[in-house]
Amino acid sequence: MRNMEEEVNGMKIKTLASRDLKASLENGGCGECQTSCQSACKTSCGVANQPCEKEQD
Amino acid sequence: MIHAYSLGGYHIALDVYSGSVHVMDGLSLRAVRLFERLDRRQTMECLRKEYPGHPDSEPEALKSLLDELDALKDAGLLYSPDDYSRCANRLREKDSPVKALCLHVAHACNLACSYCFAGQGNYHGSSALMSLETGRKALDFLVAHSGGRRNLEVDFFGGEPLLNWDVVKGLVHYGRELEKQHGKAFRFTLTTNGVLLNEEVIDFCNREMHNVVLSLDGRPEVHDRFRVDRQGRGSYGQVVPAFRRLAEARGGKGYYVRGTYTRNNLDFLRDVLHMAELGFTQLSMEPVVAPSDSPDALKEEDLPQLFEQYEQLAFEMLKRKREGRGFDFYHYNIDLRHGPCVHKRLAGCGSGTEYLSVTPNGDLYPCHQFVGEEAFRMGDLGSGVTNRALREAFRSNVLASRPECENCWAKLYCAGGCAANASHAAGSIRGVYRLGCELFKKRIECAIMLQAALEEEAPSGA
Repeated sequence: MRNMEEEVNGMKIKTLASRDLKASLENGGCGECQTSCQSACKTSCGVANQPCEKEQD
Repeated sequence: MIHAYSLGGYHIALDVYSGSVHVMDGLSLRAVRLFERLDRRQTMECLRKEYPGHPDSEPEALKSLLDELDALKDAGLLYSPDDYSRCANRLREKDSPVKALCLHVAHACNLACSYCFAGQGNYHGSSALMSLETGRKALDFLVAHSGGRRNLEVDFFGGEPLLNWDVVKGLVHYGRELEKQHGKAFRFTLTTNGVLLNEEVIDFCNREMHNVVLSLDGRPEVHDRFRVDRQGRGSYGQVVPAFRRLAEARGGKGYYVRGTYTRNNLDFLRDVLHMAELGFTQLSMEPVVAPSDSPDALKEEDLPQLFEQYEQLAFEMLKRKREGRGFDFYHYNIDLRHGPCVHKRLAGCGSGTEYLSVTPNGDLYPCHQFVGEEAFRMGDLGSGVTNRALREAFRSNVLASRPECENCWAKLYCAGGCAANASHAAGSIRGVYRLGCELFKKRIECAIMLQAALEEEAPSGA
């Protein structure tokens, strides 16, 4: 599908913007997000697609 | 812990404990793998041997590459250690408020799908409808046990909840009163087979339901294989027009057209694409949950074909997105920037603690998949959770309590997986459902690849 042999901005590795999980130890845990099974699955738990409810920087 | 893989021309390294995702060329990915266990000199030697004559395996280029890896490590974005043990242990001891109920308003169904985990709707018991009084008690119970949680979730489930439509409406109205009295916000959802959808139901759902889950298995012949009425007649022709009317009138609110695939349609991609051809844009397709001796149950030997289907689905989604006719697939909805915090990822699915199922007569179970199994009855709305041993078993069933998950790269994406599937497959809620794990991991690989592709194509600064 794609040729990823080129460099990105002179660097070989591109890091996608993602939430700092370590920092979320401190700024997370409010518990207001959706329960895992309360959406379209009901038969196979996953948490990765549950958006955070908290305003983040 | 690193998970490194290549898919669709993307070479991706996932740093498990920081959650960072790195995209690179093939040689760099190999370097990321080697540098996790070898020192600088050994890594360079290996790469020079494996990539002879490659311009990027020249000493200067390799030095520059390993400097980059060191910089990522120093920034906490690569080879991050597991710093979560204290939090994980604390979660094991923590008492969660209840914030979500699966309300079984009808243990009855107007379809008779043989693959139904709920035994055609009555959960292997007698047919029953929840009374308005029991439903109100359930909402009172939820508010009373929700502590400081503001967002409360209630899913109208069954069986077929539209068989008890007046009670559903009554409970939504009651919930709106409770919101004002207690400063809570109810998010109602409804899961329906669509047989009884009419304009009044559609209008009410589109006003009041945060999400609606519409059961459709895909192509007509696939849907009608299982989703038949008591006379054996398929329901596709009846439900699809109603689902389309609901989706069109939804006005941007969430819905999912959700299917189940079985061993009979291992080519389930065609069913997902059929849903898209019908004009639906929020799609979900779940592997069947069935006893291993069922002819419909998925088997280990099916995995290569299923993996290929998930990969092709991701490629097709990317292609359609580029063509301006994209659709969402529930399991590929990963928001790397605003996804769940690590507490959520360590805590497990929440069944039996923050999430409970309520039967028509007010009995409490850890989740909908345990309903009808007497050993998993936790109590009832009158007395609350009285089976303390069971509550304790679920409360402590956090990710860290599942030894088989310890070395899995996907553990912070599934939080240990489904307790019911584990119980049914391995005999313990702390076990794992291996086939489900393999499918889950493939879906996460595809979802992250999609993110990498979309981010690359997004206008800069987006």
